[in-house]
Amino acid sequence: MTDRYPGYDVMAKRWTPSWNEQTRRVVDQRLAVLREPRFFSGAEWRTLNAVCARIMPQPKDRPPVPLPAYVDEKLHMRRLDGYRYAQLPPQDVAWRRGLAALDDESRAVHGAAFHTLASDQQDTLLGRMQRGELTSVAWGDMPCQLFFEHRVIPDITHAYYAHPLAWNEIGFGGPASPRGYVRMGLDRRDPWEAAADRGV
Amino acid sequence: MSTRDEARAAPRAINGRAPDVFRRGEWVPMREHAEEEEVDFVVVGTGAGGAPLIARLAESGFSVVGMDAGPYFRPLEDFASDEREQEQLYWLDERICDGANPIVMGGKNSGQAVGGSTVHFAMVSLRFRPEWFKSRSALGYGADWPLDWREMWGYYQIAEQALSISGPVRYPWGPRRPRYPYRAHELNGAAELLARGAEALGMKWTATPLATVSAPHGRSPPCVYRGFCRFGCSTNAKQSQLVTFIPRALAAGAEIRDLAMVGRIEVGANGRVSGVHYHRDGRWRFQKARNVVVAGYAIETPRLLLASATDRYRQGLANSSGLVGKNLMTQSNQAVFGRMAQEVRWYKGPPSLAITEHWNYEDRKEFFGGYCWMAQGPLPVEWVTIQTSSRGLWGQALRDAMEHYIHQVGLKMVGEMLPDERNRVTLADEKDQYGLPIARITYSWGENDKALIQHALGQMQMSLEAVGATDIFRQEDDTNHLAGTARMGSDPSSSVVNADCRTWDIPNLWVCDGSVFPTTGGVNPSLTITSIALRTADRICALAARGEL
Ligand SMILES: Cc1cc2nc3c(=O)[nH]c(=O)nc-3n(C[C@H](O)[C@H](O)[C@H](O)COP(=O)(O)OP(=O)(O)OC[C@H]3O[C@@H](n4cnc5c(N)ncnc54)[C@H](O)[C@@H]3O)c2cc1C
Ligand code: SF4
Repeated sequence: MTDRYPGYDVMAKRWTPSWNEQTRRVVDQRLAVLREPRFFSGAEWRTLNAVCARIMPQPKDRPPVPLPAYVDEKLHMRRLDGYRYAQLPPQDVAWRRGLAALDDESRAVHGAAFHTLASDQQDTLLGRMQRGELTSVAWGDMPCQLFFEHRVIPDITHAYYAHPLAWNEIGFGGPASPRGYVRMGLDRRDPWEAAADRGV
Repeated sequence: MSTRDEARAAPRAINGRAPDVFRRGEWVPMREHAEEEEVDFVVVGTGAGGAPLIARLAESGFSVVGMDAGPYFRPLEDFASDEREQEQLYWLDERICDGANPIVMGGKNSGQAVGGSTVHFAMVSLRFRPEWFKSRSALGYGADWPLDWREMWGYYQIAEQALSISGPVRYPWGPRRPRYPYRAHELNGAAELLARGAEALGMKWTATPLATVSAPHGRSPPCVYRGFCRFGCSTNAKQSQLVTFIPRALAAGAEIRDLAMVGRIEVGANGRVSGVHYHRDGRWRFQKARNVVVAGYAIETPRLLLASATDRYRQGLANSSGLVGKNLMTQSNQAVFGRMAQEVRWYKGPPSLAITEHWNYEDRKEFFGGYCWMAQGPLPVEWVTIQTSSRGLWGQALRDAMEHYIHQVGLKMVGEMLPDERNRVTLADEKDQYGLPIARITYSWGENDKALIQHALGQMQMSLEAVGATDIFRQEDDTNHLAGTARMGSDPSSSVVNADCRTWDIPNLWVCDGSVFPTTGGVNPSLTITSIALRTADRICALAARGEL
């Protein structure tokens, strides 16, 4: 992994004026997410784990952000997005059907479950999903590219970039309340912001 | 329990008091009305339109109850400095979106809170170009408003004072306006780059007039540039309705009912409305009222009017024109992004600290309508949404792209889309948690909309190229802001309300929010919504004085 901001850790600001009490509470709760599925079945969970690992591959030198757990939590808690495309079923139906259909495609093409495939085989299937090329009857009337674009991608990537480890990687300042920022202009940095190791 | 669950667990504005948004754990006294008491006004929705109307009516001596489906937040205690948690501010109940260009809702388009969408809006507070109030006759497209821009100029000024807008001494476009009440905010890196790009293209630019204070005001401290404005301001620098007109409304004797979802407006035997059925604290209730004002924004307002159909009004209330729900407009919100050699760190400060309205005031172009563009500062979750939806990135390619976060720069347009009756809100068969039919939102861009978007993308790209940005890409599909589903006009056959926001069909039913816009202009809408609400309050007082309510 490239470490663009060596030594920078958003969590180190936890007891500085950048974090207030409610923010500490919210981030603590996020980090304490339950690792066992409450919504997904065993087979779905295995497929989901494999999908997350390809959509957002993570460095090997640290414990991964538990992305499947966040997807499961969203569905278990029924956190809705406030809308859905007419061609998509509600999120719980979409996820169950989508994971089953992906596994079905995998068995049809490779004769094996999706989570047992090699990464490049998994990527190929995911790429075909993104382009709308998967045709298993298990999709029903749900267009696979809409499932990819509006369920798989946001539910997984939002969970990742809401995690402090991701903030460290991209140099985001993280929580900022009550203290905000003082040095606002181009190429200006407050001492409590990430310092880059190198330029672009 | 997370903060979001707490605020939604039970109503807070009860027992004669409401949360004091400025002091932790404290309360302010609140007058309360019995349900059988016929109050002068029930206002459904407490946002950019509802809140100022509630305050001004109460200050004029009317008895007013403002209801909102959303919670009564205490910003100092409830608002975490966190993009994900603060989804609690949005209208997250299900809606179905279709059409050739379905609108993204949730965080993109509507709030659900006392204070409405202004609790999470980006604070950009702009006046319409005068000609837009007469788009049809002056500019040849859309529909004329029944309002005169000179009168609106006066209400804009009152709104700007009431919201303590920070802005430039001289605004570069349009007729003269007084200087803004608070000095402009300093520019962040993203805004500096907008300014340089505009100058390279020979365009004027300015510091954006913003509803966040640049010096202390009352109990609001100056903005500390934390950059979480669209996720709730935890310091109260931001002048949302929650900390401006709502406290004024309470002080003047209005009652606010939070977590109160209005499901149906009741119509009496005389054809006039008699009150509202609403769900609060686990059961349905009924509040009697002499007048009902719907201020739920351009999706929920038509939804409620349509869902309140009776034998007498089979097509829904105030719908003899057939236009309730039609002519929905959003605004084009496309963007161009690039990467700088310098560190921009666009997450600091309000997201849109600089703006150019050049193409709103320049008519030499081959399409109708105008647009402006603003500097951008998406936080990580929004930024990954842009990367994935615009570029189709995932996997290692996405990780690599995200690593340039602090070097990114962007320009985002707010563009005028034209009214079209095919873009509309209807009721779906599916029901929500209250058993009410959910909204179906149908939207397709027209040829003019597409031409305007392409023009803007080209211009914004030139501006980014001029400042030396590399790896430029376009976000082609974003929209934001809503308008138009209960338009105002001067003819009952082609509009839902008159200039006073009073429905043509039912004299004691009013609409006062973004849905009354006949056209949407090329700037963010909320200052215009608030100014219309201030005017409506004055008109109601004038009508009452003449015995014409
Ligand atoms: C991310 C984002 C950024 C924005 N930034 C800007 C900006 O910078 N500048 C700008 O001018 N505009 C901005 N806007 C738009 C602006 O917030 C809205 O245009 C404006 O708030 C709309 O005002 P309104 O009164 O029509 O509705 P709202 O402010 O949305 O208020 C409607 C209220 O009605 C309530 N309600 C609806 N139906 C019911 C019901 N049946 N019963 C009870 N309550 C109900 C809702 O809960 C809500 O609180 C932004 C919007 C978004 C989403
Ligand atoms: S930048 Fe200013 S307005 Fe925005 S959230 Fe921070 S203090 Fe509030």
